[in-house]
Amino acid sequence: MSASIVIRGATVVNPDSVAVADVLIVDGIIAAVGGTHDADIVLDGSGCFVSSGFVDLHTHLREPGKEEAETIESGSRAAALGGYTAVVAMPNTDPAQDNVETVRFVRAQGIAAGLCEVVPSGCITIGRLGKQMAPYARLAEEGVTFFTDDGTGVQDSHLMQRALMLGKQLGVTMAQHCEVASLTKGAVMHDGECCSSMGVPGWPSAAEEQMVRRDIELVRATGAKMHFLHLSTAGSVELVRAAKADGLPITAEVTPHHLALQDELLRGFDPVFKVNPPLRTAQDIEALKVGIADGTIDAVATDHAPHAGHTKEQPLDDAPPGMLGLETALGVLNTAVAVDAQQIASLMSWAPARIAELTERHGRPIAVGEPANIAVWDTTTVWTVSRDDLSSKSRNTPYHGMELRGRVRHTIFNGELVVRDGKALK
Amino acid sequence: MKHLLSTHDLSVDDIVGILDVADHMAEINTRTVPKVPALRGKTIASVFFEDSTRTRLSFETAAKRLSADVMTFMASSSSLNKGESLRDTIETLSAMGIDALVIRHKSSGIPQTITQWTDASVINAGDGWHQHPTQGLLDAYTVTREYGTKDSLQGRSIAIVGDIKHSRVARSNIDIFRRLGAHVVVVAPPALLPGNIESWGVEVRPTIDDVVADVDVLYMLRMQLERMDSAIVPKLPEYCATYSLTPERAARMGSGAILMHPGPINRGVELIVDPADVPGSRILTQVKNGVNVRMAVLFSLLGSGATSTLQQGAES
Ligand SMILES: [Zn+2]
Ligand SMILES: [Zn+2]
Repeated sequence: MSASIVIRGATVVNPDSVAVADVLIVDGIIAAVGGTHDADIVLDGSGCFVSSGFVDLHTHLREPGKEEAETIESGSRAAALGGYTAVVAMPNTDPAQDNVETVRFVRAQGIAAGLCEVVPSGCITIGRLGKQMAPYARLAEEGVTFFTDDGTGVQDSHLMQRALMLGKQLGVTMAQHCEVASLTKGAVMHDGECCSSMGVPGWPSAAEEQMVRRDIELVRATGAKMHFLHLSTAGSVELVRAAKADGLPITAEVTPHHLALQDELLRGFDPVFKVNPPLRTAQDIEALKVGIADGTIDAVATDHAPHAGHTKEQPLDDAPPGMLGLETALGVLNTAVAVDAQQIASLMSWAPARIAELTERHGRPIAVGEPANIAVWDTTTVWTVSRDDLSSKSRNTPYHGMELRGRVRHTIFNGELVVRDGKALK
Repeated sequence: MKHLLSTHDLSVDDIVGILDVADHMAEINTRTVPKVPALRGKTIASVFFEDSTRTRLSFETAAKRLSADVMTFMASSSSLNKGESLRDTIETLSAMGIDALVIRHKSSGIPQTITQWTDASVINAGDGWHQHPTQGLLDAYTVTREYGTKDSLQGRSIAIVGDIKHSRVARSNIDIFRRLGAHVVVVAPPALLPGNIESWGVEVRPTIDDVVADVDVLYMLRMQLERMDSAIVPKLPEYCATYSLTPERAARMGSGAILMHPGPINRGVELIVDPADVPGSRILTQVKNGVNVRMAVLFSLLGSGATSTLQQGAES
């Protein structure tokens, strides 16, 4: 028996309606929407929206292997603070999530932390080395529905085609980090005007688009489901738009940072802005926004990538790519892009829950009888990000000192209040 | 101005000002005792994470002629190999009471990164492919003094030949030459041109034969032989056929035209001609001017007072 909770005065966001109503939660289930209720815990929802909890398709939790950067517990806490009730844990851990044991470990650590559902993804290839296929069937039996070699793209076209064929048979989704490695050797940032004058190796848009193009053709040939991770270029959006128009079973995500930040920020050589794929240009950002508006882009996913402090104190070319994202995602999306509450809920909860096949528990309507995985958030609070205030173990946020509009107030996971008034309760 | 990280930090007035100070330094360097007390009590550390004896000696000579104390830190002989981070190294050196750090590093942007870890002035002595601002200044000094047009290169055409993409010298020189009014032409194999070269405001020509007879300055870059192996450029004979300065090509240079090179020269690669046989060669003048200009930079960043203080000789 968990404590009953009532959220008062918030606007309930559902796919077919947006209306003010109190929400009552009893025993982990939504017991009432509307009416006046009392409960053990009374939450102030005035000025807020209440929606199904956010689902992140792209979280690097670093455990096992790099616990000095993040643990499943610290990452789960960051997720809960960001309004997430489920995160898909990327498989580039050490050992990689290419085996049943590691997948079980990640899931169990998530349950132990109890702050959100940690959903392990599986590798496409053993050790993410791009050579041998991972045991998809065994991992699917463990409940893995989402496979990726994120951190690298699968370079071998034949292997990728076979992975898609097996994925189709098992009903799972292959997700690609699109990067043709031979075009990005040593690359540190977008290959554009800025990179040219800074004298650093560039990461051309073509390296992403070439793999998007290939994989679209592989999907056309196999009929398998495919998800594109962190699309960053105008060309990629165009390719996915055309593929979707052809009816191919393709979904795509974009990160908050690719919507908000551009390559110019690297002019000061600060590795905190180094990320893979790299920050692009104003035109790319515009194209990504159009992609969101017309549905080409299904989801916003963080690519939350913690790095311990000392690793970002290296030269730009040696520093690892990646930036924090969980605690700032809502604010960045809402600040950078003109989206309404339903679009936010769709991009951050409903669509990613469908893509990761979590719709039994996540991304569901706020309605009587539904499981209480809920986020209460606003789009009006203006706050200044401080890397010292974030709960992640790492500090590599690119938004330090930046003003964002929109913030998560409360998060309820599995009927339990885990974040109240922007503070984690455990 | 506290640091010199990039030529982009300098206005045209700053550039002209430094070159003017360099004239004073040139005069000092003709004295029997080429030394002034301008920076007495200041400590300058030359911190070279990448070997470059000539640049280091040029800076250290400049510092000593201004009576600064000089410390040399070579990465190869340092604790950096034992896992000490770059930040630790810089903070440790700074704690010793350093007024300026002269930094050479293989990675673009390191001098700028270092400024957050030290109170000292940071002078970029070459970072990756990014910048080599004192080279740009000394080359501008060499060209302006050659043609007696102190604060302008208006009407001059300068061809830079070789690996533009991977060259910090090209990035610094093109910026300064252009802002002083010169017309800059670059000649390079396509793979050695930077992306977005069209945004650099230079003319691109395909072969050295297109420019050799027409330009006032023929600036040959050092060709890194490693690049020849990495499928980036054609093999050596093919490269030389299109981009090297041969005796025949040198003979076609204009009568008042000069030949420059940042050194060290790859004989038989970018220069097949012996520079001693080229009347317009200013390669040794560049080396000499390097000391004048680096003295001017150090004085501009660390010195107090006007150049009149340079008139007094060293106390002995
Ligand atoms: Zn990735
Ligand atoms: Zn990732």
